[in-house]
Amino acid sequence: MTAAVRSGADGFLARYDALRDLLPGDPRERAAAAEAFRRTGLPGASAGRREEAWKYTGLRPLADASFAQSVSPTSAHSQIRARLPQIEVPRIVFIDGMFSRELSIVPPAVHFARFAGRAEFGSIARPDGQPLVALNTMLAEDGAILEVPAGADAGLLILVSAATDRAAFHPRHVVRLAPGARLTLLDLAFGDGSYLHNPVFEVTVAADAALTHVRLQNESTSAFHLATLYAEIDERGTYDSFVLNLGSRIARTEAHARLTGENGITHLNGAQLLNGMQHADFTTVVRHQAPYCASRQTVKNVLAGRSHGVFQGRIEVARHAQKTDGYQMNQALLLSPDAEIDTKPELEIFADDVKCSHGATVGELDADQLFYLRSRGISDAEARSILVRAFLAEALDAVSNETVREVLDQAVEGWWEKQAA
Amino acid sequence: MLEIRGLSAAIEDKPILQGIDLTVPQGEVHAIMGPNGSGKSTLAYVLSGREDYAVTAGSATFDGHDLLTMEPEARATAGLFLAFQYPVELPGVGNANFLRTALNAQRRARGESELDAVQFLKLARAETKRLAMPEDMLRRNVNVGFSGGEKKRNEVLQMAILRPRLAILDETDSGLDIDALKIVADGVNALRGPDFSALIITHYQRLLDYIVPDHVHVLAGGRIARSGGPELAHELEAKGYAGMIAEAV
Ligand SMILES: Nc1ncnc2c1ncn2[C@@H]1O[C@H](COP(=O)(O)OP(=O)(O)O)[C@@H](O)[C@H]1O
Ligand SMILES: [Mg+2]
Repeated sequence: MTAAVRSGADGFLARYDALRDLLPGDPRERAAAAEAFRRTGLPGASAGRREEAWKYTGLRPLADASFAQSVSPTSAHSQIRARLPQIEVPRIVFIDGMFSRELSIVPPAVHFARFAGRAEFGSIARPDGQPLVALNTMLAEDGAILEVPAGADAGLLILVSAATDRAAFHPRHVVRLAPGARLTLLDLAFGDGSYLHNPVFEVTVAADAALTHVRLQNESTSAFHLATLYAEIDERGTYDSFVLNLGSRIARTEAHARLTGENGITHLNGAQLLNGMQHADFTTVVRHQAPYCASRQTVKNVLAGRSHGVFQGRIEVARHAQKTDGYQMNQALLLSPDAEIDTKPELEIFADDVKCSHGATVGELDADQLFYLRSRGISDAEARSILVRAFLAEALDAVSNETVREVLDQAVEGWWEKQAA
Repeated sequence: MLEIRGLSAAIEDKPILQGIDLTVPQGEVHAIMGPNGSGKSTLAYVLSGREDYAVTAGSATFDGHDLLTMEPEARATAGLFLAFQYPVELPGVGNANFLRTALNAQRRARGESELDAVQFLKLARAETKRLAMPEDMLRRNVNVGFSGGEKKRNEVLQMAILRPRLAILDETDSGLDIDALKIVADGVNALRGPDFSALIITHYQRLLDYIVPDHVHVLAGGRIARSGGPELAHELEAKGYAGMIAEAV
């Protein structure tokens, strides 16, 4: 049931041409996205041309990969089930981007619809100037539309993406919290083999609502994970997110948060743990467009082997966004001389009464700390792992939900076991 | 027994130790005194295996094992403990976890069974109490936000829990008030016995009123310039290092 397609941007465009009459939603949106994607192609895939936003991340390896339209066998279900966290909470599971009713436990407190049935492209993510949003808009087949009604506390919901070899999928997710609503969304992505996961998220947090969004990117180390997220936060709303990047050959988690009402809060925290030839790019844009809002970003990188971490953080403060409180910190621990970090902070401030700071540190493990641990009888390897975990723990402390924290801790533990093997 | 023969060491090509001869038999407590910069900490670090130093001559054995070729963790497992002059802060590492990891690493290496969290906490709480330390010291991150005195006491707590056979205390007394000094001395005296020896590095004679040493050595010019009984510490206090060293040459 597989049919090979051409590789690179042409491959995706050919797929669009073949599917265009079958795809859900407004065909004009699709056509406009295809037009935009045809113009730009995959960022950094062709020599000579590189957009500023893609300064440190090139998608040449993605352009060289080819994908197939697979229908994942039901036999995969038990394997996927085994990899889900053993927590009794509602979950919405996608396999190769398509909703799996068998594996899902539909939440009672959240209104859930499939993008496949109600293809809303939303109003925030636009294809222009965003090649991956264009690619997603052109080819999105399914996704989760999640709505939490006013005043409801929907507790914890898990959103899962499981992938199989050679799949390419472009989920379109919409998360809407009505005024005063609350939700903790744990987003898990994993899979086997080489595949492309290119989701777009549109998040709206209405007045007094609070979304905690924790994302564990634990894809196969041969996979591509390119996620673009847009969040709009109204007055006294909170969008509190944490991204843990562990997997993928190339990952980019790009988040745009716009604070549109007074006293809104957003946290775009995260950690990246990379080894081998892995590349992960943590890109954020925070737009303060109302007074008295606060944004926080603490991103920690642990880079081993020949891995490459990227942090690009941009804070924009509009002229009337007085009393803005913005903070950004990127720290990298290089565990090998061949590991690399690129950091690009950008502050664009038009208001005069604001507090904005950013900082970055790059270092190796501290020799005095290592010696102190070893002088107590702790082996060199264990001492190193203690210090790296301590460095990470400070980042993970931003995740206050204990159940979710446990899932992240286990994933980090699994990462260590994989490195030791 | 610790035996140091003709030990010379340099840092960044600068010779610091220039032929140290020193023997500390099992069961004895020796003090090393000396002016600032004379190489006391260098000796402590070289014995415990810090990498920055180059050993240029001589030997150091502990119970016949060549210390200088062993990894720092192997020296610790063999029973060596260094109380640091400047204890290191470990943000993000809980003190109790750190101590348990260290104790279990040593027990494992010696083929002994590991302590589980409950067994360990019982032991750690008892030692904390015996040393009159606040129990929340175990819950805090290692040395982070500790006062100077708390850091020194935390070194003594580690020593009490790890129960070394040879303890090197590098100026554990400096900056301590008299109560804290007594706690440190109690910690050492509690371990004293036929199977424990110690090298007490100090700048002042004061600590030696509470931990009475079997021998006192004066380190100057990169060597042991004088050795004697406890009375040497008093003489030093009276004459000062300059007078003593002038007499020695
Ligand atoms: N890391 C270092 N780099 C260069 N010189 C050092 C270093 N550590 C110590 N020294 C020098 O070595 C000498 C001995 O220092 P140290 O062993 O700390 O003396 P003490 O503990 O007796 O005060 C001093 O002259 C000191 O300046
Ligand atoms: Mg010293």
